[in-house]
Amino acid sequence: MTRNYYESGDLADFPNIAEHAQEQGKKFFDYYGASTSAGKLGEREKSLIALAVAMTQNCPYCIDAYTNKCLSMGIGEDEMMEAVHVGAAMMAGITLAHSTQMRKIIKKKAM
Amino acid sequence: MQEIRQLEVLEKYHTHFAGKLAGPVLASGVEILQLNVGKRCNLSCRHCHVEAGNERKEMMPGDILKRCLEVIRENSGITTIDITGGAPEMNPSVKGFIKDAAKIGRRLIVRSNLTILADQDYADYAEIYADNGVEIVASLPDCDEARADRQRGAGFFRKFIRVAERLNETGYGRPGTGLLLNLVHNPVGAYLPASQKSIEEDYRTRLKSYHGLDFNALYCINNMPVGRYLEFLIASGNYENYMQVLAEAFNPAALNNVMCRTMISVAWDGTLYDCDFNQMLGLPVCPEHSRHIGSFDMKLLGNRPIVLHNHCYGCTAGAGSSCQGSLD
Repeated sequence: MTRNYYESGDLADFPNIAEHAQEQGKKFFDYYGASTSAGKLGEREKSLIALAVAMTQNCPYCIDAYTNKCLSMGIGEDEMMEAVHVGAAMMAGITLAHSTQMRKIIKKKAM
Repeated sequence: MQEIRQLEVLEKYHTHFAGKLAGPVLASGVEILQLNVGKRCNLSCRHCHVEAGNERKEMMPGDILKRCLEVIRENSGITTIDITGGAPEMNPSVKGFIKDAAKIGRRLIVRSNLTILADQDYADYAEIYADNGVEIVASLPDCDEARADRQRGAGFFRKFIRVAERLNETGYGRPGTGLLLNLVHNPVGAYLPASQKSIEEDYRTRLKSYHGLDFNALYCINNMPVGRYLEFLIASGNYENYMQVLAEAFNPAALNNVMCRTMISVAWDGTLYDCDFNQMLGLPVCPEHSRHIGSFDMKLLGNRPIVLHNHCYGCTAGAGSSCQGSLD
């Protein structure tokens, strides 16, 4: 019996997520591979983007995978933290930008 | 860390390396003679499997070096002489050995930390290497000063760059000179390196733009769970996870190219091993009648079964790893 909803060992199960839906799973992995491997952007840049997204989406598996990937690529702790701040700033900005809706409603309804 | 204690720790890892294999791994000749000429070193790196340092006394004596030369002369199949340590330069007999070995006309490699050449007593090695066509393999774990120093000690990075600049001026690492300066990357922590190609590109860009440095090739080498690195893994609570990462990345295809299949590692006292890691674990070659350079028998050693243990996962993980970098 596992003690937590998220177990670090579960990361090894990632290749099996196509189970019960092989066709869709294969398409996902093809897409995942094509999107995360080097293109006009290098693997380095893509790994930092993935790391920032992992943080904003609170995914422990992705945080584990991409922190290790970034370390493996020789990306510095300071560079990783800068990427996290981009994610954090975006999340803060997105939250605040949505206050536009709130402010519009307030302006319309308030006396 | 004592050899016996290291073996106990490795033995405890639940998924044994031998269980992954269909049968014994056999050598296919001896093409490389790797000489560990001593454990003395001006550095005491945190990942060093040799546990080398300035206080170490083990040093290959002149008569063993002489016998190595005889073995090389007698066996034309040995195409590469690979000198490692410690800091090989700190063995006073090495200078003469390099000059004699160069005359035999085989590929001659010295694995150097370079910083030793910043010491006035060893500065002449730059010239000796160039004059004798020595291929230099130099360890630079990271292009970032703070990270490199974290592994190899304060002040390492700046000294390394200074010496590498001097070697560049001599022609090392520059196209058309025939003087090879190859670098080694190994992770500064409990993880595996990314692809050699991507790290080499990164090194080339950074070293050129920040320091104007040129080099020929970059070798990515996995850190083996041996010596100080094993101690680090245990102390930091990473041992189980690191072994799991290595075991999960086991690649049977890498077995075809692992260095032990074509190499013999000679210890400072002349004892023969399948590799430098087995040497540090006290696991000599299988054939009892040819366990010393004094009784080197090409026929026996050329198809010997390799002595394996759980640290061997380190050379077979992913693309595979060797003293010449990634195996793919």
